[in-house]
Amino acid sequence: MAQTETKAGRFTARGPKGRPAGRVALTGNEAVALAMRQIEPDVVAAYPITPQTDIVQYFSSFVADGRVATEFVTVESEHSAMSATVGAAAAGARAMTATSANGLALMWEVLYIAAGSRLPIVMPVVNRALSAPINIHCDHSDAMGARDSAWIQLWSEDAQEAYDNVIQAVRIAEHPDVHLPVMVCLDGFIISHALMNLEVLPDEVVKDFVGSYRPDSSLLDPERPITVGPLDLYDFYFEHKRQQAEAMRAAAPVIREVAEDYETVSGRRYGDFDAYRLEDAHTAVVVLGSAAGTARFVVDELRRDGRRVGLLKPRVFRPFPGLELADALAGLDAVAVLDRSDSFSTMGGPLFAETRAALYQRAVGRANRKDSGPSSGSGPGNGRPLPITVNFIYGLGGRDIDPGDMRAVFSRLARVVETGDTGDVVNYLGVRE
Amino acid sequence: MADIVEVRWHGRGGQGAKTAALLLAEAASEAGLHVQGFPEYGPERMGAPVLAFNRFSDEPITLHSHVAEPSVVAVLDPTLIRDQGVVAGIKDGGALVVNTPVPPGDMRRRLGLEARKDLRVATVDASVIALRTIGQAIPNTPMMGAVIKVTGLLEFDQFIEVTEKLLAQKFKGRRELVAGNLEAIKAAYGEVDEG
Repeated sequence: MAQTETKAGRFTARGPKGRPAGRVALTGNEAVALAMRQIEPDVVAAYPITPQTDIVQYFSSFVADGRVATEFVTVESEHSAMSATVGAAAAGARAMTATSANGLALMWEVLYIAAGSRLPIVMPVVNRALSAPINIHCDHSDAMGARDSAWIQLWSEDAQEAYDNVIQAVRIAEHPDVHLPVMVCLDGFIISHALMNLEVLPDEVVKDFVGSYRPDSSLLDPERPITVGPLDLYDFYFEHKRQQAEAMRAAAPVIREVAEDYETVSGRRYGDFDAYRLEDAHTAVVVLGSAAGTARFVVDELRRDGRRVGLLKPRVFRPFPGLELADALAGLDAVAVLDRSDSFSTMGGPLFAETRAALYQRAVGRANRKDSGPSSGSGPGNGRPLPITVNFIYGLGGRDIDPGDMRAVFSRLARVVETGDTGDVVNYLGVRE
Repeated sequence: MADIVEVRWHGRGGQGAKTAALLLAEAASEAGLHVQGFPEYGPERMGAPVLAFNRFSDEPITLHSHVAEPSVVAVLDPTLIRDQGVVAGIKDGGALVVNTPVPPGDMRRRLGLEARKDLRVATVDASVIALRTIGQAIPNTPMMGAVIKVTGLLEFDQFIEVTEKLLAQKFKGRRELVAGNLEAIKAAYGEVDEG
């Protein structure tokens, strides 16, 4: 169709043909609920009011309308929601729940039980601020607080990636080498409540992709009786934790394998991270979630002005693809890592701390092959100078981050490169000081 | 890169600014555009000023910030023009569409935009249209019709066709509501006055 000048701007006037098949407009929450309907888990347990999101509200209407055969268990708290999900998963069911913010915080104790019991639960997490002060808006403090609970974490830039991540998460969690729970993170309100376009798959394609779940062992298998969650003192607890660490290491290739399979059914390609216009970049930002979309917009804009800038957006935060990420950043002059949560260590936010640790490990060149995955010690980062890194904490409690903020970050990086002066390493973006 | 048309809706809690933004986004998506529609979630109180936003483009939209420099501003409640926020950041060559019985020339003066010849000001009595067609003074759907007229965002026939489908889903077969809202949209499309 030809472009025409309309009163609103340069635009393609639309004929009767309309949207391509498969492309829909949904909120992030609707997209995730749709993925859950297509997956049709055996059990969904959820606490049905705030701080829950409308993911489970939509899902409950699929149950009520008979569109899924899922057993929907309403419980009295988020602690109970995760407990019921753990019980269902231990019994051999494919079990899911969803949560957000303080709800995730209340699940705390049981998150560790899910992971320590090696239960392949999938849970969308709508990232929102933790109280106090009371705030319901986008913030990554909730999921970042759970980063050491041995849950795999997949992060989503938009409704499309959230939908795609939820479907892939089922296969990752249930893979026999992994058997760990997976959180799929999406930004509160900015993605969860905003309507946007995405391409969705036919129900049968999703059902075929996730397949049916038949665990090797479960509580309800009388032929092979097992115990879940017994007392495990200094005689074996450590070995079980060591196996959990091994499962997290094993998850990395599984996540890539599942992404490759997913590409064949969806045409959409996902890596551990998205390196956008990074090959010949001098400076770049590293950022999770929806702000990566805004960064992408600004990268394109600055590139048109001849500035060599790029973006690295992690999709997988647990396990952390540190050395691969360090390889991708090697050779750049300066990098800003943006964190939508503060660790209050005074040394920067969690994404910054881990990125810098990975760069250091790459720099000292003593990465142990067994400890660090197949690419360690031989990656393209070796021999290339590593970038100066600075940290920006941004967007806490839903504070907007707009293209102007992103431009300011790139300007700061340009100054760092020009003057060789790093200045403050930890910075706060868009805040009143 | 294709242009992104950004719309900012100003309303009061209960007037349906959020619904207008989401419905317009859905309609434009059905018509083949890439869209975003999202409200600003503050304390949700009946009558309190609220904002909602749209983005439209031929290309996928990756921006996820608030709309700070809209090319189109739709004002659902004329009392909101006392707040200079309605003209804040509006792009050169942009347009304002205001729900009011006041003619566009007067509205331009009240908005303090006499010097901004580049901006277009259009008015439509959307609340009265809504009362006449739907039986309630909820101006959001007629304002959609006015915005379509002023922006040329979608071909009108196609807009009506997809909106009818969406309204039927939204009102779950309550035909009088679907018909009333469509009537309101068509009336506002016809009556909006650019002076």
